[in-house]
Amino acid sequence: MAIIQTPNGYNLDNSGQRVVVDPVTRIEGHMRVEVNLDENNIIRNAVSTGTMWRGLEVILKNRDPRDAWAFVERICGVCTGCHALTSVRAVEDALDIKIPYNAHLIREIMAKTLQVHDHVVHFYHLHALDWVNPVNALKADPKATSDLQQMVSPAHPMSSPGYFRDIQTRIKKFIESGQLGPFKNGYWDNPAYKLPPEADLMAVAHYLEALDLQKEFVKIHTVFGGKNPHPNYLVGGVACAINMDGDMSAGAPLNMERLNFVLARIQEMVDFNKNVYVPDVLAIASFYKNDLWGGGMGALSVMDYGAYPTTPYDKSTDQLPGGVILNGNWNDVMPIDPRDPEQVQEFVGHSWYTYPDETQGLHPWDGITEPNYELGPKSKGTRTNIEELDEEAKYSWIKSPRWRGNAVEVGPLSRYVLAYAQGSDYVTEQVNRSLGAFNQLAGTNLDAKTALNSTIGRTLARALESEFCSDMMLDDFDNLIQNIKNGDTATANMEKWDPATWPKEAKGVGTAAAPRGALGHWIKIKDGKIDNYQCVVPTTWNGSPRDPEGNIGAFEASLMNTPVERADEPVEILRTLHSFDPCLACSTHVMSEDGEEQANVKVR
Amino acid sequence: MTETFYEVMRRQGISRRSFLKYCSLTAAALGLGPEFAGKIAHAMETKPRIPILWLHGLECTCCSESFIRSAHPLAKDVILSMVSLDYDDTIMAAAGHQAEAIIEETIKKYDGNFILAVEGNAPLNQDGMSCIIAGKPFQEQLQHVADHCKAIISWGSCAAYGCVQAAHPNPTKAVPTHKAIKTNKPIIKVPGCPPIAEVMTAVITYILTFERFPELDRQGRPKMFYSQRIHDKCYRRPHFDAGQFVEEFDDEGARKGYCLYKVGCKGPTTYNACSTIRWNEGTSFPIQAGHGCIGCSEDGFWDKGSWYARLTDINQFSVEGNADKVGGTTAAVVGTAIAAHAAVSAVKRAQNKGDSK
Repeated sequence: MAIIQTPNGYNLDNSGQRVVVDPVTRIEGHMRVEVNLDENNIIRNAVSTGTMWRGLEVILKNRDPRDAWAFVERICGVCTGCHALTSVRAVEDALDIKIPYNAHLIREIMAKTLQVHDHVVHFYHLHALDWVNPVNALKADPKATSDLQQMVSPAHPMSSPGYFRDIQTRIKKFIESGQLGPFKNGYWDNPAYKLPPEADLMAVAHYLEALDLQKEFVKIHTVFGGKNPHPNYLVGGVACAINMDGDMSAGAPLNMERLNFVLARIQEMVDFNKNVYVPDVLAIASFYKNDLWGGGMGALSVMDYGAYPTTPYDKSTDQLPGGVILNGNWNDVMPIDPRDPEQVQEFVGHSWYTYPDETQGLHPWDGITEPNYELGPKSKGTRTNIEELDEEAKYSWIKSPRWRGNAVEVGPLSRYVLAYAQGSDYVTEQVNRSLGAFNQLAGTNLDAKTALNSTIGRTLARALESEFCSDMMLDDFDNLIQNIKNGDTATANMEKWDPATWPKEAKGVGTAAAPRGALGHWIKIKDGKIDNYQCVVPTTWNGSPRDPEGNIGAFEASLMNTPVERADEPVEILRTLHSFDPCLACSTHVMSEDGEEQANVKVR
Repeated sequence: MTETFYEVMRRQGISRRSFLKYCSLTAAALGLGPEFAGKIAHAMETKPRIPILWLHGLECTCCSESFIRSAHPLAKDVILSMVSLDYDDTIMAAAGHQAEAIIEETIKKYDGNFILAVEGNAPLNQDGMSCIIAGKPFQEQLQHVADHCKAIISWGSCAAYGCVQAAHPNPTKAVPTHKAIKTNKPIIKVPGCPPIAEVMTAVITYILTFERFPELDRQGRPKMFYSQRIHDKCYRRPHFDAGQFVEEFDDEGARKGYCLYKVGCKGPTTYNACSTIRWNEGTSFPIQAGHGCIGCSEDGFWDKGSWYARLTDINQFSVEGNADKVGGTTAAVVGTAIAAHAAVSAVKRAQNKGDSK
């Protein structure tokens, strides 16, 4: 076929060899990707498909809005809690409920704990095997590994040659057993892996350290929310009442011991981010300095709603400010309003749903979706055994959200580009410092826009955000203690708990900085029940199929023009897709007005 | 298939002393008492690592996330030293056809001798294509692997009961493992959204140690963790018995840790180990953190009324107004009897097993 030029500036050519990756592993949920390679093994067309749909929002219809958080929390157990937080915010927005300052701070600490946990687990347990070769780690000299560790991060205590020798022995025996477990059928002789053995061994050690530590981080959720995954939330505040002294403090949810426990966990996150995570990403990135592809629209067309206000309900105090940047114009940050029906809209022209008019997008408050699973005429295989998809037709369970018709990328990199462009002191210092370190290690002289608009830039921004969140938590914790010291122990506002106090009809929006990007929930309440509920989540933005105008989404854009070492070993494809940290259960949960099964179910 | 846990752990640099300590902790986690540590050690010294194929359907991945939170044993020790987790799309290095090839390789090499672990469930609507793996319905993959496995673990409320996507009106017609496929393989259900991390690893450890499922109740749940209600062992139970209740969140009772029954706690009807084992290495559990239990390990809990609606269907309480005076009579007696029965049975079976060897 002829080359198609998309309105957002990409040249698609699907004439070359078609390569299919299904399932894409080391993500949350299920996805598939198909690409076309030219004769030089360079990706010239990319097709990203969400391969699951759960219909959670239809399940919410007619339920109690105060219960919604638990349902939507189960959209995702990896970014656990962020949907619950966004949900209680949407309900409180609709009902004009303002939560106490303590509740705000506790929710902030929980949200940032999730951010750190999710980013750490993503980098070490979902993403690292795209960069790190555990088999190659067997060739490392433990002494040289120790030297490397001390150079990369002098403050990290676990750095002795004996420590690395023990880990190497354990991995060696594991691999020699012939039962490779999660490492089985990896691409360990692919030249796309470029770390020296010592860096591989150091990273494998940190894979195991991070696995041990991540279970400590989330204990903050257990203190405030009772469990993790899926801590409990509450419309109006938080359920963990404070009792610092006096009768029965020991049995209260929060007392001095519990708060000390939380502070100890925050400190662990601060230390791990500064001594291990950020240095690791910079060290690994420096060995891949010649692989700065994968940017797509990463640092160019980005969006976030803004997050982490120092003053509750005052968006101007957001520590990661929101907005929209298009086409790399960092000097023009446009404001975003999730309530404006003209701004955020979802399209289904290439999604397995039906609209009355599929050339038009719908704002989430008015969102409708009816499943319509059908394959295009050029697809290969059968309806239940897909060999190749036809991207000119419908090809994904993900919808296509757009901002004023524009495809944008969301995520930690988007937040960092927005904060950097708007002059955030913390972010500017952090980006410049880490870029300096990268340039020094790699012997390069890259500017921020060039370095960040890459797979590596996306991965680095996530590490930097993790560090920022752990630092912000120290402030939140100090403020919590100070506020309690000032005599304020309130944790919930119950004035409008009773549905009898609610208006007959109300609608609200909640937003949050989810680990994978901008998250919004839109709710309509009628007669005390949920009338409509819509979530537009990060992976829906990033993983979206083409829209009716032909704009490709962020996943597809990022894969374009990437060189691939071996056509049948998708290391480079996985590396770039994983840099987004895809979450497919999140992306595909939409509302069905006329789901086919509904007709058969008796209304209770 | 000649390797044993012990050999693997030894070769991975773990001392015999650490290994025995590990066996003691495992025995304690299983509620078996110190005399069983030797039995576990013996089992682990003589048995090979069993392959696990861990499949994911419609889900949120909270079960996998919970699993990696396990403190005893650590998730890394389970993965590196106890089992061979050959397929798990959440953490495996391979993707696409290299990933799917592992399933066939495992079936060929270990036909009838590997464990199928299921997280999430299969949708039947849209021709099963609401959950696609390698271009085909997830249900096909599930049936195929089930046909060749030794036994099935249904992790979490999705695989055990259906969970959130199966809540009314269940738009994708999502069904739990035992309804999605035809199989005569034994299925153990480990419900919860998610299950407690240490419960998950204890179930694995038990199966590996005793080479059989733990004793199951009529629903297929292990009695050792699901035979008692949260309420039966709740640290706030004395307040229930004394008629001291939280009337509203953040009131005086909430600050004193009073019983959450009146703000909707489902502890009295929920069978799980949250109030005994607790969450995240025993750090806390929902009631201790001030929110009522939402009953996430019960079949169809999503459709049993608001989290904040007071339970009115507790048989022992007859009517809700009686809650204050009913206190801990019937419920406690029933709970204790079940627990005692389970313990005795477990010990007997374990002894029989030992004798027959």
